[in-house]
Amino acid sequence: MDILSRWRAGGETPDPAKLLAAIPYCQLLGLTAEVRDGALVLIMPFGAHLIGNPVLPAIHGGVIGSLMETAALAQIVWEGGVERLPKPVDINIDYLRTGRPVTSYASARITKQGRRVVNVHAQMWQEDAAKPVAALRAHFLIAGS
Amino acid sequence: MDVSGLIKRGMNQTAYIEAIGGEVLHVGGGTGKMRLPYSDKLVGDPDSGVVHGGVITGCLDHCCGMAVVSALREAMPIATLDLRIDYMKPATPGAEIFFEAKCIRVTHEIAFVRASAFHTEGDPIALSTGAFIITRGAVPPLPHVKAD
Repeated sequence: MDILSRWRAGGETPDPAKLLAAIPYCQLLGLTAEVRDGALVLIMPFGAHLIGNPVLPAIHGGVIGSLMETAALAQIVWEGGVERLPKPVDINIDYLRTGRPVTSYASARITKQGRRVVNVHAQMWQEDAAKPVAALRAHFLIAGS
Repeated sequence: MDVSGLIKRGMNQTAYIEAIGGEVLHVGGGTGKMRLPYSDKLVGDPDSGVVHGGVITGCLDHCCGMAVVSALREAMPIATLDLRIDYMKPATPGAEIFFEAKCIRVTHEIAFVRASAFHTEGDPIALSTGAFIITRGAVPPLPHVKAD
């Protein structure tokens, strides 16, 4: 039985913080989740292991993508209605600013949820939410095997 | 050590790539190749043991960067503008993943790259397309190479 089915069987509602705690790679990145003003926000404190360019220094592009992809996944699970963990089909990442060595945040918004596919947009920012570091657009498969 | 060797050492010593256990295999002539052994800490789906999509993104981005850097005549700063990744199938739990990138074209400002992730060549886990911006005439972020 998968993690979401186990939660459902136990009468639990999908909890993004618990989901992140159950995913080893999210633990490696140090991701946590909070609900702020009714919106789910993922938080990634800076760690030296997130560096991709030691000269600037800057957070690795893959870390930025990982944070936003996880924000998208957590948003889908949080809003509910999925039987199992969504699987990414494709992602598009726009890198807008350098990811500096400080705490990063990400949130996502479901643009459209169909029966099989969900379209999600996510953003990552650091000190100023009005100055996004990166944006992601993705499709996740929520049905099928 | 030649420039490719320096780039390879610098790209191998990137903290994030070290943290996920990736290894740069080749950099040169507008191409980059690396391998990533399977590890439990990279898992994104705790039920199946499939690695997180972000791990694939990270290695594809890294390989694309190496391909661009090695396609340029001299060292200069580059940055990822965008990256599209198609996940063709889940990576097999327990199996190591290879990544290969090729810089298709370099213009004055932009470099275009294609990359793939696979267990077996010709059977992709993911394919990606990326664009990088090149900053000519700036002081390059030379690979940070630790002393032996």
